[in-house]
Amino acid sequence: MVISDKAIKYGNNVNTDVIIPARYLNTSNENELAAHCFEDLDKDFIEKSRNSKIIIAGENFGCGSSREHAPISIKASGIKLIIAESFARIFFRNAINIGLPVISNPEAAKNIKDGDNIEVDLDRGFIKDITSGKEYKTNPFPEFIQKLIENGGYVNFVKAEALREN
Amino acid sequence: MGSQSNKPQTMAQKILAYHCGKEFAEEGEIVNANVDLVLGNDITMPLAIWEFKKVGLKKVFDVNKIAIVPDHFTPNKDIKSAEQAKLIRIFAREYNIKNYFEVGCMGIEHALIPEAGLAVPGNLIIGADSHTCTYGALGALSTGMGSTDIGMAMATGKTWFMVPKTIKFNFNGKLNKWVSGKDLILYLIGKIGVDGALYKSMEFTGSTISGLSMDSRFTMANMAIEAGAKFGVFNVDLKTKEFLRGIGKKESDFSIFKSDENAEYEKVYDFNAGEVDLLVAAPHLPSNVKKAKDLGDVEIDQVVIGSCTNGRLEDLKVANDIIAGKKVNKNIRVIIIPATQKIYLDALKAGFVENFVKAGCVVSTPTCGPCLGGHMGILAEGERALSTTNRNFVGRMGHPTSEVYLAGPAVAAASALTGRISIPER
Ligand code: SF4
Repeated sequence: MVISDKAIKYGNNVNTDVIIPARYLNTSNENELAAHCFEDLDKDFIEKSRNSKIIIAGENFGCGSSREHAPISIKASGIKLIIAESFARIFFRNAINIGLPVISNPEAAKNIKDGDNIEVDLDRGFIKDITSGKEYKTNPFPEFIQKLIENGGYVNFVKAEALREN
Repeated sequence: MGSQSNKPQTMAQKILAYHCGKEFAEEGEIVNANVDLVLGNDITMPLAIWEFKKVGLKKVFDVNKIAIVPDHFTPNKDIKSAEQAKLIRIFAREYNIKNYFEVGCMGIEHALIPEAGLAVPGNLIIGADSHTCTYGALGALSTGMGSTDIGMAMATGKTWFMVPKTIKFNFNGKLNKWVSGKDLILYLIGKIGVDGALYKSMEFTGSTISGLSMDSRFTMANMAIEAGAKFGVFNVDLKTKEFLRGIGKKESDFSIFKSDENAEYEKVYDFNAGEVDLLVAAPHLPSNVKKAKDLGDVEIDQVVIGSCTNGRLEDLKVANDIIAGKKVNKNIRVIIIPATQKIYLDALKAGFVENFVKAGCVVSTPTCGPCLGGHMGILAEGERALSTTNRNFVGRMGHPTSEVYLAGPAVAAASALTGRISIPER
C-alpha cells in the first residue's frame, strides 16, 4: 500500500486526553469523536486535516489512557498514517487493531517538517520526503502483526480463526 | 513455582509462559496467552461489545472471567452516558456475565477488582483501561488494552503479547514521615520520565518495598503506565498473603512466581528511599516532579482525594489524621471520594466521613468523576487543582487552561487546610 499526502507535525508525548478529551467520551460515534479530535492541542486540526493526512510526531505518541476512541477519532477525521519517533504501547496496539497504520521511525519523524509532501510505501518499507528529497527505510512489522493487517484488523483475524474451528 | 527450564526468567516471562502452557517465554517473542480476567468499564466496554458482536459468537468464552464495572460516568451524569451504561448492563444480563457491578456495589475498578478477589498472584489480566496494571501489586501480570483487544478476548479467552524486558527498581532505606507509595512512584517517574519504561515490565523490590503497605503498593503499580510500562510487579510476601487471607483466599487459590536470582534485567536502578520527600507533579506531565516544600506559593481552587491511585482506606486515614477537627480553607472546594463501597463503609465506621463533612469537605459515592474531567468537580477556565489522581495532562480535569498538580494524600489534606500547596505540619 502506498500513501502519499501532506504532513501535520506535532511534538513529544501527545497524550490521549488531547487527542480526544474525556468530556466527549460519552459517545462511541466515530464522526462525533472526529469532530473534537486534537481540540485541546490544535484548534486548527480539522481545517488542516482536509489537505494533510499524515501525522508526524515526536516520542511516546498516544500516551495516557487506553481509550480506543483516540485512534478511532484520528482515523475518522481522515488521517491515513502516523509516523512518530516512538508510540505508547496501548495506542500502537489499538491503531493496528483498527487498521490505522502507525510507523515508528525516529529519523524520519525528527527530520520531516510540517507541510512536507510525503510518500510512504508500507509493503516495501520506505518513507520518502518529496519536499526535502530525503528517504528513510522502515522496519517491516513482526509476522503476527502483518497477519493482523493482512486480515484487515484483529476482528477479522479472530473471525477467520473462529470459522476455521467450527 | 520455580522455572523448570534452565534459562533464568523474570516474573513477567514466567507468568506469560505459564499462560501459554510453555516453560520458557523469550523476550521479544509474540505469544498468544490465556487470560484469567477480562475487564471493561462504561467508557470502553460499549466499543468492546460492538467489536465482540462482529465475531458472531453466541457466548462469551467464560461468564466467570469477565468483569464489567460502570465507574467512570456513574451514577450517570447525562443522557448519553446513561445510554452507554444501559448498553453494558443489558449485555451483562443477556450474556450472563457474573461479575457485573451495578451502582451501589460498584467501586472504581482497580480498587474493586482486588477487593472482590478477582485478581490473585500469578494471574494474567487484561482490561480496557490503562490503569489495569494496578494488580501487579499482588504478583499478577495485568495491563491495559483497547476495546478491540478486550472484545476479542471476551470471544476467545486469549490475547497476544510481546514478552517484555524487565527493569528493576530497588528502594532501600526508611521512609520519611508522611511519605507514601505515591511519593515513591512520583520520584521514580521524575527520574526516568513518562516513557522511561516504555513497553517494559517494572519490578519493584528492596527493603522499603517489603515494608510498604498493600495500599501503597497498589498506588505504585497503578502508575507504572505513567512511565509507559506494560506491567508493574511486586513479589508476593507476608503482606500480600495477609491481604489475600483478609478477602477469604486460601494458598491453593493462587500461584506465586518470582524472578530467578540470575534473571536478566535491562537495567537496575537503586534508590535511597530516605531521600524521597513529599512530592508533587506539576502541570502538565506526571514526570514534572518537584518537592512540595520547594514549590513556593501556589494557590489552589480545589482538592480531590480519591481515584484508583489514592482512594483507598490508608489514603483516607492519612487525610483524616490531618483534617479531623479542623476546617478546610474557605476559598476552596475539597472533594473526597472513597474508591469502593467497602472503603466508604470502613471510612464511615472509623469516623472519617463525619470528620470530613464537619471540616467542610464533600464526600462522594465511589466514581472516577473528576479524575478524568468527567463530572463531580470539573475545573473552570484558569482554575487549579491539587489531586491525588494520576494524570495532569492539559485539560484532564476540565477546561484546557485549568491546571492539575498531583500529590499523595498528605499533601492533598494539608493543602485543603491552607488553600495553597502545603506539606503537613510536624
Ligand atoms: S480513577 Fe481516574 S485513572 Fe482511575 S480508572 Fe478512573 S478515570 Fe481512570
